[in-house]
Parts: sequence; C-alpha cells; structure tokens
Amino acid sequence: MAHLENLVLCRESQVSTLQSLFGERHHFSFPSIFIYGHTASGKTYVTQTLLKTLELPHVFVNCVECFTLRLLLEQILNKLNHLSSSEDACPTHITCETFNDFVRLFKQVTKAESLKDQTVYIVLDKAEYLRDMEANLLPGFLRLQELTDRNVTVILLSEIVWEKFRPNTGCFEPFVLYFPDYSIGNLQKILSHDHPPEYSADFYAAYINILLGVFYTVCRDLKELRHLAVLNFPKYCEPVVKGEASERDTRKLWRNVEPHLKKAMQTVYLREISSSQWEKIQKDDTDPGQLKGLSAYTHVELPYYSKFILIAAYLASYNPARTDKRFFLKHHGKIKKTNFLKKHEKTSNHLLGPKPFPLDRLLAILYSIVDSRVAATANIFSQITSLVTLQLLTLVGHDDQLDGPKYKCTVSLDFIRAIASWPGRGGLWLYWICPDRCRPSVESDENPLIGLGGCEQKTIYQGPWSIWTQRVNYKQQGLSTICSALNDVILTLKLPETHYLGLHFAL
Amino acid sequence: MMPKECDGPGVRMGILEPRQMTGDCFFSSGQGICSGFQFVEMSSRKLKSNNLKHSECLSQVQRILRERFCHQSLHSNLFGVQVQYKHLIELLKRTAIYGESNSVLIIGPRGSGKTMLINHALKELMEVEEVSENVLQVHLNGLLQINDNIALKEITRQLNLENVVGDKVFGSFAENLSFLLEALKKGDRTSSCPVIFILDEFDLFAHHKNQTLLYNLFDISQSAQTPVAVVGLTCRLCLSEDRSVREVLQKHFNVSKNLRSLHMLLMLALNRVTSSHPFMTAADLMEANQLCSMDSKANIVHGLSVLEICLIIAMKHLNDIYEEEPFNFQMVYNEFQKFVQRKAHSVYNFEKPVVMKAFEHLQQLELIRPMERTSVNAQREYQLMKLLLDNTQIMNALQKYPNCPTDVRQWATSSLSWL
Repeated sequence: MAHLENLVLCRESQVSTLQSLFGERHHFSFPSIFIYGHTASGKTYVTQTLLKTLELPHVFVNCVECFTLRLLLEQILNKLNHLSSSEDACPTHITCETFNDFVRLFKQVTKAESLKDQTVYIVLDKAEYLRDMEANLLPGFLRLQELTDRNVTVILLSEIVWEKFRPNTGCFEPFVLYFPDYSIGNLQKILSHDHPPEYSADFYAAYINILLGVFYTVCRDLKELRHLAVLNFPKYCEPVVKGEASERDTRKLWRNVEPHLKKAMQTVYLREISSSQWEKIQKDDTDPGQLKGLSAYTHVELPYYSKFILIAAYLASYNPARTDKRFFLKHHGKIKKTNFLKKHEKTSNHLLGPKPFPLDRLLAILYSIVDSRVAATANIFSQITSLVTLQLLTLVGHDDQLDGPKYKCTVSLDFIRAIASWPGRGGLWLYWICPDRCRPSVESDENPLIGLGGCEQKTIYQGPWSIWTQRVNYKQQGLSTICSALNDVILTLKLPETHYLGLHFAL
Repeated sequence: MMPKECDGPGVRMGILEPRQMTGDCFFSSGQGICSGFQFVEMSSRKLKSNNLKHSECLSQVQRILRERFCHQSLHSNLFGVQVQYKHLIELLKRTAIYGESNSVLIIGPRGSGKTMLINHALKELMEVEEVSENVLQVHLNGLLQINDNIALKEITRQLNLENVVGDKVFGSFAENLSFLLEALKKGDRTSSCPVIFILDEFDLFAHHKNQTLLYNLFDISQSAQTPVAVVGLTCRLCLSEDRSVREVLQKHFNVSKNLRSLHMLLMLALNRVTSSHPFMTAADLMEANQLCSMDSKANIVHGLSVLEICLIIAMKHLNDIYEEEPFNFQMVYNEFQKFVQRKAHSVYNFEKPVVMKAFEHLQQLELIRPMERTSVNAQREYQLMKLLLDNTQIMNALQKYPNCPTDVRQWATSSLSWL
C-alpha cells in the first residue's frame, strides 16, 4: 500500500501489524484491542487513516467529548445508523440510556445490509476516561463481541498503560499493542516533511536540526515540536530574506535564531504568551527580552502598604517563630544555645512549603519592617483581605475561629524579589526648570543630585526651557539628609540659571 | 446472601478449579490447532495448485481459525471438564424433564471455560425434543443488567411477555416475577414451562440493592411453583502472574494457565500467515510471544525526554535517602539543581517553569501520583506526590534508554556519593 506509506511515516511495522490483525473484511478479529503509547506517537492518526483508507465500517468516538454514558452510547449508535443507511434516507435519532439497551439496539442496527458480514470497528480515543464512568462500561466494551454475538471489534487508544485499566475482579483481556515513541531520526524525518515549497529541503532540515538541538532534551512531543517549528521559521529565514546571509550560511543563521528559540522555550512553549502574540513580536522585531508573560509579576500592581504586608507574610511563613526576636528586634540579646538540631536539608521550609501564622505575628513583623509608623487602621486590614482575594495570601482554617484568623503566604521568592525591587512611581521626585541646553544628564558628574542617589529622570515639558523631574532614593538617605543636601546644592549651584521648583513626594 | 449458605434440596454447586487445566490438555489443544491448520493446508494443496484457489483456501482457513480463537464458537471437544459437564447436564435435565428446581453456581477464574461449558450443555439439552418445545431460557449478564428493574424488563422481554404485562403496575418485584411465571403456565395448572435462568457475572448481581433479584429467583426455586433452574457463573480473583523466559508454549503455560491467552498467542502467530508466507513457523510463535510479554511501564519510560528522566532519577534518590516518604516538586527541583550545578555538562540548567511542565507531564502519564486530592488553595509546587516506579524498573528502563547522556547515567547509579 504505497499510498498508505506516504500518508503515514515511520510507522510501517505498526500499520502492518494492524492490517494483519484486521484480516479480511468478513474475518473475525480480536474482540478488543488496546493501543498505548506517548501522546503524539500517531495512535489516533494511524488508526483513523488505516480505517479510512481500507474503507472499513468504523465509528470513531472521543471519550473526552462524550463524557457521560448516554452521550457515548448514543453517539456510537447514531454514527452506525448513518453508516448503514443509504445516502438519501435521514435516519432517526436513537436514544439510549443504559448499556443493556445499547446491546439490544446495537444488534438491531448491525442487521442492516451494508454492515452484515463485515467487521464493525468501534474506536474509543482517550480511553482512560472510561475508567471514571460507570463500572460496567469498560468490561462491557471489552466483551462486546460476545455480548452482542456480532462481528465487532472495539479499539481503545490511550496514553496510560493497561495495568492501570484492569478492574479488580478482572475482565476480558484485550490485545495490547504498543506504539513506540519516535526516535530523533524519525522526528527529523517527519518534521522535515512539511517544509514550505519556497525553500529547499536541506535548508529546512538544517533548521529542524537546530530546533531539535534546543528542544529535544526537554520535549519529544511531535505536536509541540511542529508548532514551534512553524512559529519560529520566519525568524530563521529573516537573514536570508533581508539578504544578509545566504541559505548555506549555517553559522550565521544559527547565531541569529538560537537566542530566539531559547526565549521561545520560556514563553510560547510554556503558553505564557499566545502564539499570535509571539508572531506579532517577530514581525515587529522587538527585543524578546521585553516579553511579559502571563505569570510575570509585573501585571500585579500593589499599593504601597500591600507590598510590605506581603513581604511580612512571606517572612512569617518561611521563618520559624523563634527567630523573629533575633531578626526584628533592635536589642535581641543573646540567643541561648538550645539543642538546635542542625537543620536537615529536607525540613528546610523552602522545600516544605509555607507555614500558617496568626494575624498578630504578621502585624508585628509589619511594624518592624516599615520605617514610618503604621497605624492599625481599617485600611491595613482591608488590604490584607484584598490580598486574600487576589490569592496571594490564603486564609487557613475556618472563618470564625475564636483566637484570630491564620494566614499563609502563597507566593514564591521570585515574586517577592520582583515586587521588592520594583521601582514603581513611588519615592521622592524633585522638579527643576532650566534651559534645555543646560539640562544635566543622569550620568554626568555635573548633576548635583548624583550624590543624593538620584537615578531616574523624566521630562515633563520640553522646549527652550524644560521642566524635568528627577527621582531620589530617599529611603537610603532619610528625608532630613536630603533636605539639607538640597540646600547645599542650591547654594552652591554649579549650573547657571537653574531654578529648583520644588519637591514632590509621590507614591 | 451468598448462595452457598442456601441449604436445601435444590442447591448444587459445581466448581471449576484452575488445576484442571493441566499441561496435557493445554499442549494438545495448542498443538492440535497448529497441526490442524497444517493438515488443512496440506490437504487443500494436494487438490489444487492454482494460485487463486490457494489464496482463497488460505482465506477460508484464516476465517475458521479466527472464528475459533476470537469468537469462541463451540468446539466439539471439552478438555478437562468432563466431570463438571456430566453433573451440569444431569441437573438441567432434571429441571427440564422432571420439573425439579435446581440452582448451580459455577466458579472459576477468567478464561477457564465456564461460558463454554454452559453453552455446550444447553446445546445438548435442546437436542432432546420434548425439552426444546417446553423449556425457556433467560440469559442475564451482570455487566448489562446493572439494577433489578432493568433485569426485570429484560426477563419480560426474553420471555416474550411484553404484551401480556402491558401497562400493569406491580406492588413489588416478587409480584411481578410471579405474574410472569404464572403467565407461562399452560392450560392445566399441573404442567408449567420450566425456565432456565443463566446469570453471567453473578457476583455483580450480588451487589444490587437488597439483592432483590437473587432472593426472588432462589425463593421461587425453593417454592416449587414453577420449575426453575438458576445457573450462576462467576470468577474468583485471578492470581498475579510472573513472566519467565523459556520455551514458548511451556513458558506460556507457566505464565497463565488460561486458554484465552493461548488463543491470543496463536492468533498473533496466525496474523503472520499470508499468501507469501503460508505456514506458521516457530519464529512466528517466538515473535508473538515477544509481543505478548512486553513490560508496558518500561516502554513508557523509553519515550520520555532527558529532562523527565532526570526528574525521575532525582525522585529515585529522594526515595532512597528518605525511605519512600512522599516528596513535592520543590524537593525534586532542588535535587535536580544540585546535579546540574555540580556535575552536569550535557544538561542545561532549565528554568523552574520548564521543569514544572515536565513534572506535570509525568503526572499526566500516571508515573507519579498525588497523595491526596488537589485542593484549590494549595500551591502546586508543594503538593506531596508518590513515584509509581520502583528502582529495578527505573534502572532497567535506563539501560534501554536511547542516547542517554553519560553524566545522567552515572548520576543514576551513584547516589549517596553526592552528599
């Protein structure tokens, strides 16, 4: 079957096994066949293609789609009805509620002329979901040939091994067929098969080589690899399209595409961003380093005190309570040498997960990490509740616990690091006005504010005279230090005609 | 209620022991089929030498043998169950001809010939003229009639009494059943049709609510109103099997004293027979045996990516150090990081989300399993899991893993020298 070989690559032995199992049209075959193998190893594709090409009467049902008994049985019966009826007649919809009725109706439907004397195949894809349905369904399907006394074979396709399907009291054992995973050579062959006609096969094969080099250790799923290959090919061709390199310049092409692929692994492969977003980025040629995925922390903007509450919660969850005194009090005194067992690595809190802590402890830590005085107002408490709603904290135990609520911090260290160092718009901003040519840059030594730890600069208005604002990291200095330094700067101005407009404290 | 406890004149027990399936009948059955195949081949070859006829008769032979292996049609020989057969047929005759009520429970492991036995007995019974006119059969199956109402409807249907019942409403199951049996009585009340009830997957009927059907059937068989024979077929739990390597049929016999698995083996060998390869050879049988005895979990591990293999090795080390205590993703990631930072040259230090995706793939394949149901509030990284592979399986699978990087392989073997 040359036609079949072209449709189905690298699966010759499985196709021939299946063909020989099916035998001729009127032959009996195994009552049930169980095919297992990794996802994207061709089970569904090969079975469907084989049944269609050989034009055997078959019904194909997906157990994810038909997740209840009734949906499953009705779909099988109605599809069979369609098969057996002539093209003009519109068959009536069959309803079926129990497996008993199914067996009876199945016997009726298969009496039709076009289905007599031929093996009817029922293919159940994602068969692992059958285990969660009624208990009699799986054993019933395995024995369908015996129960209906007809020439029918049930084929089950699944990722999970047969041992996990077998019911406790046993059942009719199906014939188990394994679809092996594709080797790297096979993957190359299949992926190279869908090269676009504008480019040569060798060019595409070199690209596939690079792609597999990056992704093969992580993922061997053919569907994912194909998707990635299609998405990233335009980027690979870019130098050739722009004329910067020829098709044979593999080193240059590789250097161009490899960081792009690595970035793809962190974003598109993890579905952090959608494929259309990825394509847009490629077209716009923006730097992929700027990508913000779904779980990036930058899309969560927290108010000032909420950040501190979250940090305090993280500390409370991951530090044991006895160390609080040491870390957060100014005068903690000596720590007695108790029988501190050297922490066995496994019990490190970072491995076991966050521990719950009472509200009082949270507030105590909060007061000690925020410099200014924090009043325990409703503002603070409502912020805690918002954090719980955002699922950054969780409430442990029941709502109306008598001795106060207990919380747990459910964010990771990376998240905390991200919000702690996020500059935000908060801080002290100093506003200046001066002629544009005199405006100091952030890097230059002439900028009087460098000494005060100034970093960011923003232009409010640009013209012959510009108004600009510079941010100062006042936390490091303390407000009074800054004011006195500012006075000095104004008095000993190095820049001519510079007017200091004022300072603005922004959150 | 188990029928064993039911004493009384009518209860007989027939038990099929697996021992009965002795080596002799196993071999003779297998060889008989193989040689029978050859015999048919030879004789037909003598008659015609035309190529077309050759493939046609091959097709015929395939058809017959496939029907025998797959469709379990009746053979003429019963191996090893002659005693039970005599017993059973005796019992059924007594019900059918002399109007005595009886009940039988046939117990045996899967594939030991229970259905075949009863079908044979019924076939022989129906050959007697006065039986075939009188006796009615009702075939019930625990997989199909999952509750007693469905069972009752099925009984009504099989006795062709749907019209008689019509729209009547009955107070209880018992009333309904006795009405059905009354309706079977012929003109004079002395003679009524004996009914044979065959209940397949009997243990499932015993799980119905209040076991109404069983109570009523056995009740009727005691009360001698209508002669009723109740035949139950059930299996005991099959013992687990262990595969060993020896000569094919002998090996297979040690593995499973199950005629069905022999049929499967022979069927696989039969598949290799085509017009170009018209005789079944020993090589075919060996290959078929290979197919039958694969270790499926090892196959699945064969298809994992290198990152996933590294995670499994990390879990193996955690199990070794902490003696099979459950672990979570964070711990596995930690172990993996230790390996990557210290010894790995070929494995790139992947980011946490990428490793998490590989971990979730392992969970999807059911190679690891959470200890308790996922709750909404718990973070995925800290959920406790268990590995469902043992050390020997992992090491065997690693041996066969294609292109395994050497440092990964070394990491698998030397665990404690790490810390």
